[in-house]
Amino acid sequence: MFDAVIRNFGFLMGGFGVTLQLTACALAGGITLGMIVGLGRIARNKWIYQPVTLYVNFIRNIPLILVIFWFYFVMPIIAGRPLNPFISAVISFIVFEATYFGEIFRAGYQSISVDLIHAAYSTGLTYSQTARYILIPIAFRRMLPSLITQSIITFQDTSLAFVIGLQEFVRRASIVDNLEVRSIQLYGFVGIVFFIFCFIGSKISLHFEEKGRRTGVL
Amino acid sequence: MAYNFDWSVLWRQPYGMWLLQGLWLTIKIGLLAWIIALSLGIVIGTLRVTPWKPLRFFASAYTELFRNVPFLVQLFFWYYAGPMLLGDRLGHALNQIIGLNYYVAIFALGIYTASRVAEHMRAGFASIGREQYQAVLSTGMTQYQMYRYVIIPYALRIILPPLTTEFLTIFKNSSIAMTIGVAELTFMSYRIDAETFHGLEATTGAMFIYLLLGLTVVRIMGFIESRFKIPGMIGR
Repeated sequence: MFDAVIRNFGFLMGGFGVTLQLTACALAGGITLGMIVGLGRIARNKWIYQPVTLYVNFIRNIPLILVIFWFYFVMPIIAGRPLNPFISAVISFIVFEATYFGEIFRAGYQSISVDLIHAAYSTGLTYSQTARYILIPIAFRRMLPSLITQSIITFQDTSLAFVIGLQEFVRRASIVDNLEVRSIQLYGFVGIVFFIFCFIGSKISLHFEEKGRRTGVL
Repeated sequence: MAYNFDWSVLWRQPYGMWLLQGLWLTIKIGLLAWIIALSLGIVIGTLRVTPWKPLRFFASAYTELFRNVPFLVQLFFWYYAGPMLLGDRLGHALNQIIGLNYYVAIFALGIYTASRVAEHMRAGFASIGREQYQAVLSTGMTQYQMYRYVIIPYALRIILPPLTTEFLTIFKNSSIAMTIGVAELTFMSYRIDAETFHGLEATTGAMFIYLLLGLTVVRIMGFIESRFKIPGMIGR
């Protein structure tokens, strides 16, 4: 039933490895940039706030696939030479996902009440101790479910690197399909693998959400 | 490598026309898929709160399945594997249809977005207090009448803002249809690159067209939201 999948298992799983690499790079860069974007979105200084807000609202209104193409076209011009599509794909994912992570961080930062900070100070904690022991742990716990959900979405989004010819999971399945014409099992297999990972991820996110609600952090 | 910008690809014929044709197709796919998404999403979302367990299970399996597989994979599955699933004769007949990719894109996008609409519906039902249900039933309405005339319209009004976001997302997601050769906006900007090597200008232009489309949708939905907002609720 899964004969074509079994015959090309190594090739397909190599593609899944590329998908995982893409996801890891996109998450590392996207979350780091997202933290900064989130800070920019709550900045009082309008020279910081307005450009960051413009960036977030602009990117969030554009399809990811177009952002991938745009960087695919613009990177060789900036670099002055043809570039590895993996690099341009990673850059587009970072720029795109950072706007979504940024909004999660903004909500997390904003969920901390001023009273809590005052309370921490009144017990004699210094600024860095307040940040280290009170603010960051609470904000992180509140954001965790959304961060996991957005990470799952990023994982799914990496499949769109398909369009610039990157040999990730879906591209490799379509290469095999062109040779063997076993669309049902090939795309079915790709779907099942994605489903397993994303389903487990969504359950983990739900677990932290329920835990947060039970313990009163959310 | 010095790059000479040529912004005229955005309006020079035939390229300017291609972008407009692409935009028209993007709008058509988005609207038609939205009709499927909204009607199916309301049904699936309602099934998730029915008292009958197998129906609830079916509805939650539906949303889990469609939310946890990338849309690109779903699209490829329906387009390439879909006709095979229907057997030789029917599948062959289906593959003869001209513009099959266009119909598959609408179908796939519609049933995918339906799962997201269903999730919002469920949240909407959950936000309606238990006493409201009891009040409706005490007027002598049946379960069906209660959902049809009171609860579903009520929930829809509550979840209008997130539905606006989904409506915007459906136009953005329609760009993925280019992977099966549907000549929508993103496809056209890529096609201009293939002809002129000025993909940067074409995709930049397409970005602003998407932005304009998004702003228009927000405007229209803002009007609808203000018209249907429930008095006494915190507005946006």
